[in-house]
Amino acid sequence: MRALISLVGGLLFGAGLALSGMADPSRVTGFLDLFGVWDPTLAFVMAGAILPMAIAWQVQRRVPRALSGDAFCVPQTRKFDARLVVGALLFGVGWGLTGICPGPAIANLGLAPLAVLPFLLAMAGGMVLHKLWARQR
Amino acid sequence: MGTLFPDATPLMGFLGGVMIGIAGAIMLLGLGRIAGVSGMAATVLGIGEQGSDRKLALTFIIGLPLGAALMSLTGPMRIAFPDSISLLVIGGLLVGFGTRLGSGCTSGHGVCGVSRLSPRSLVATGLFMAAGFATVAIMRLAGML
Repeated sequence: MRALISLVGGLLFGAGLALSGMADPSRVTGFLDLFGVWDPTLAFVMAGAILPMAIAWQVQRRVPRALSGDAFCVPQTRKFDARLVVGALLFGVGWGLTGICPGPAIANLGLAPLAVLPFLLAMAGGMVLHKLWARQR
Repeated sequence: MGTLFPDATPLMGFLGGVMIGIAGAIMLLGLGRIAGVSGMAATVLGIGEQGSDRKLALTFIIGLPLGAALMSLTGPMRIAFPDSISLLVIGGLLVGFGTRLGSGCTSGHGVCGVSRLSPRSLVATGLFMAAGFATVAIMRLAGML
């Protein structure tokens, strides 16, 4: 049952990425390209996604646990550190270079699997490199 | 959206966004988890946070391409990737390393964290957006676009 809920979540998320146009890297680049023919669509996607999620957070504060019976496993860290800042900046540069972030990268396995493969393998490689780097410290 | 923004599809964007937000709400209220794709991808690879549920991460990750493929059956869909393989590889490395270092991406920080008004997510989202805008501006100056 829990796995089914998660699958439904993934299906909806992937379908939403495709419908919104955000699975298309050139559309994301169009949003980030302020000095080109600017495409504001991504802002509408963010607004549409934040709305139900903001309601969900209001509900979350009022219920003891999730429907599955699981306790809420949400981040409690409040501290700012260099990792957050540098990580977000590196991610933003990679996102700008390609127009691809992790959700659309994986969703594109169902749309343009060959085209996304180099990015996807490199993304997995970047995650492994981070793990190796974190272990060193 | 007319002549001012010829490429914009605000209604489809908003509706797709609502689907993404409902998916996030299902993960939060159904399973008590954040729909953060970079975190779940790392969990599937076996290098995620302690206490993350690999089975749940895997089913969500499998759902992403399936959902996208199902949606693509409804009509033609433009998907245009950058031509350069080296650009895709460099971008992929930065996105993989950066999202793990910064504990999230567009979904975890941008959607789930911002809608919770999490200070860390608000800062992270502002920074990766700014870096994205700056990167594309530099690419345009360099004649790469």
